[in-house]
Amino acid sequence: MEWFQKLQHDFYRNFIEDDRWKYLADGLVVTLQLTFCAVIIGILIGVLVAMIRSTYDKNFAEMRPGFGRVVLKILNAISKVYLTIIRGTPVVVQLLIMYYVIMASSNNKLLVGMIAFGVNSGAYVAEIVRSGIMSIDNGQFEAGRSLGFNYVQTMRYIIIPQAFKNVLPTLANEFIVLLKETSVAGYIAMQDLTKGGDIIRGVTFSAFMPLFAVALIYLIMVLFFTFLVNKLERRLRNSER
Amino acid sequence: MNDNTALIRVENLEKHFKQGAIKALDGINTEIKKGEVVVVIGPSGSGKSTFLRCLNLLEVPTGGHIYFDGVDITDIKTNINIHRQRMGMVFQHFNLFPHMTILKNMIIAPMKLQGKSEAEATELAMGLLKRVGLDDRANAYPSQLSGGQKQRIAIVRALCMQPEVMLFDEPTSALDPEMVGEVLEVMKQLAQENMTMVVVTHEMGFAREVGTRVMFMADGKQIEEGTPDEIFNHPKSERLQTFLAKVL
Repeated sequence: MEWFQKLQHDFYRNFIEDDRWKYLADGLVVTLQLTFCAVIIGILIGVLVAMIRSTYDKNFAEMRPGFGRVVLKILNAISKVYLTIIRGTPVVVQLLIMYYVIMASSNNKLLVGMIAFGVNSGAYVAEIVRSGIMSIDNGQFEAGRSLGFNYVQTMRYIIIPQAFKNVLPTLANEFIVLLKETSVAGYIAMQDLTKGGDIIRGVTFSAFMPLFAVALIYLIMVLFFTFLVNKLERRLRNSER
Repeated sequence: MNDNTALIRVENLEKHFKQGAIKALDGINTEIKKGEVVVVIGPSGSGKSTFLRCLNLLEVPTGGHIYFDGVDITDIKTNINIHRQRMGMVFQHFNLFPHMTILKNMIIAPMKLQGKSEAEATELAMGLLKRVGLDDRANAYPSQLSGGQKQRIAIVRALCMQPEVMLFDEPTSALDPEMVGEVLEVMKQLAQENMTMVVVTHEMGFAREVGTRVMFMADGKQIEEGTPDEIFNHPKSERLQTFLAKVL
């Protein structure tokens, strides 16, 4: 009984008193905003880089000399440097560099965070999508081109939808990782969910409640997201009965 | 355009791999007139598929010229996409889009490329589906069809763009024997409607019966060309004679 009362007291002190739950609620909003925008940026960069890289891998050897060939070579080189740097350095370091160096003039932390996490995620998405594109039979590509679709249209209507379906589980995993990775946003003093819990801990000097609450919220979000992806996957698979 | 002019003219077509070490096509010259059914035969590795794939530039030739309706499509400045819309192609492995229904497979190109409305394209597609007896499968997905059905769909998908010439790349080679007939039947119908066709095939019966002209290829060269009667009953070259002895 005494134990239960202590728990109740802890709960009150950590979440109810002074409306401390608001740290978690506000933090959750920031985390969701950050993740959502980073996912969008990540997909945009990822699909673009994946298209450049797979176009290069598939077609460069057979391309006729000319302007397009040179542009493709340069774009491919840029993409490769981007992938190497992003995948070869820790996300926290990238976040700090983005905040203190590249976007030092901006004091919009949310924007800095979105871009830093988006650029980071883009590199991983690019490799996932590229593997998806390369897994599509070349006959699909030829069928599209033979109907008169140009390269980009063939990608858009025929290749990418199939590639996306194939890599959906891997892609979903990447976004779950991203959701959790945004927890380092506190490094640039953003008040995300993790930071919110940590602030409560700093005020109440009790670690158990706020930190486990934070962990639980992440877990619930991940479970919910996994559920949505499973549903989507099942719907997409309908065409393969 | 009158019927005597060539729809496709091929001049000195060459396709070399590995800097000329492999000559898949070694100087092909031919003309394909409107309404003709040209059947290309030859042993495997003779370059017949490469020849066909060069005609719509799926394979980029390393030398020579291809004129389609008077335009040099091998010219780097030619927008090949426009011309491909007028050339249908059917593949050995069907290459239907597995993520779309049969109907969507057929209407996507006319809608996106020719600006047809969905209703217009659907009407056209349903008409074609009825002709090949598959109108009840319009909302099925490709994986739900048999090989023969898939290939018939692939043919009408190409026809949906209302092309002026149809290219067939071994359309029956990947089919179970009992399904070959239904696909050949559709192709025969098409030939009777005066569609210009170039067909790479191992079906000698089809070549003899439907072809207006037969081209025999070996080692990247056209060895003999003539009417089915000339090719099958009076073969001149030794290469063709040995080939026919093996396949007939």
